Amino acid sequence: MDEQEVIKKFLYVNRKAPYGTIYALESLEVVLIGAAFDQDVSLAFIDDGVYQLKNNQQTSVTSGIGMKDFSKTYRALEDYDVEKLYVDKKSMEERGLTKDDLIVNVEILEDAQMAEMMEQQDVVLSF
Amino acid sequence: MKFGILVNEGPYQHQASDSAYQFTKAALEKGHEIYRVFFYHDGVNNASRLTVPPQDDRHIVNRWSELSKAHNLDLVVCIAAAQRRGMLDENEAKRQGKDSNNLAEGFRISGLGQLIEAGIQSERLIVFGD
Amino acid sequence: MLHTINKSPFEANSLETCLRFVRAGHSVLLFEDGIYGALKGTRFESLITNSLKSYKFYVLTPDIEARGMRTENVIDGIEPVDYAGFVDLAANNERVQAWL
Repeated sequence: MDEQEVIKKFLYVNRKAPYGTIYALESLEVVLIGAAFDQDVSLAFIDDGVYQLKNNQQTSVTSGIGMKDFSKTYRALEDYDVEKLYVDKKSMEERGLTKDDLIVNVEILEDAQMAEMMEQQDVVLSF
Repeated sequence: MKFGILVNEGPYQHQASDSAYQFTKAALEKGHEIYRVFFYHDGVNNASRLTVPPQDDRHIVNRWSELSKAHNLDLVVCIAAAQRRGMLDENEAKRQGKDSNNLAEGFRISGLGQLIEAGIQSERLIVFGD
Repeated sequence: MLHTINKSPFEANSLETCLRFVRAGHSVLLFEDGIYGALKGTRFESLITNSLKSYKFYVLTPDIEARGMRTENVIDGIEPVDYAGFVDLAANNERVQAWL
């Protein structure tokens, strides 16, 4: 008889801006590798973490900061069956951002909704 | 209780590794199980065999090695983060054509899947970072 | 849920952000530089005192003492714990969320 595969709800919490530190990139790498484990994955972007999803990121080697632009990878997440991307409403508003500023489709959540979503999770990874 | 531990920062620079160590030690003393300690981001530097900290302060790397030995802990260093930061075991060094390796005793290098697996298999995952 | 906060509220907004998502029955542990949020006489005292009406707060004593404070300096209602207590908190809550 096959062993029942455990499926847990994994939440990745992102609160830091991209490029200033490596947390955005390396947390995304965990999500990508983690996709192979067929768990129930959600991503939350709060505080400066919302900037990770900003469109128009340009990191040219010749004239820019010379770092790899990994923002397009957020668009590829749905190919990995990672589709639950939640963004904190207050963080967006504080930063003058709207959905149109983002590179990928997200669900914008109020505090109570985000808290409710967090309450459903089994494992929370913070970076 | 079966605990998984994630250490996101390197030795000395942040208190994360210390806090993780103290937590792990306390958990073991209480009879809990540590499923795995996973080192990510700069946390991979907790596995450097080459650290020479001042004699009058704690030796973070050795402390982890000793705890690992005493309790048969699984201390895993993420290969992707390790490669970025120049943390290599003998095999990796050979594979990458590097003239040296620097992984301390008690640690092993493996993939990010080990972190996910720790999340799946542990009852609690605790993150220590910045 | 056990929320852990390791940054000083003067340095990072981890405490403030965490408190937006805490719910009834949750616990909050202040440790490392997060202990500064547990002290009497700071501009965060009323935020904590208010939150204490709804949630349980804990502070890691070794981190308080390391920084030259003592449990007498801690806001009334915040329970001091040691590392063994931290382990108990982690074990007794269904999951742990780190606010880095």
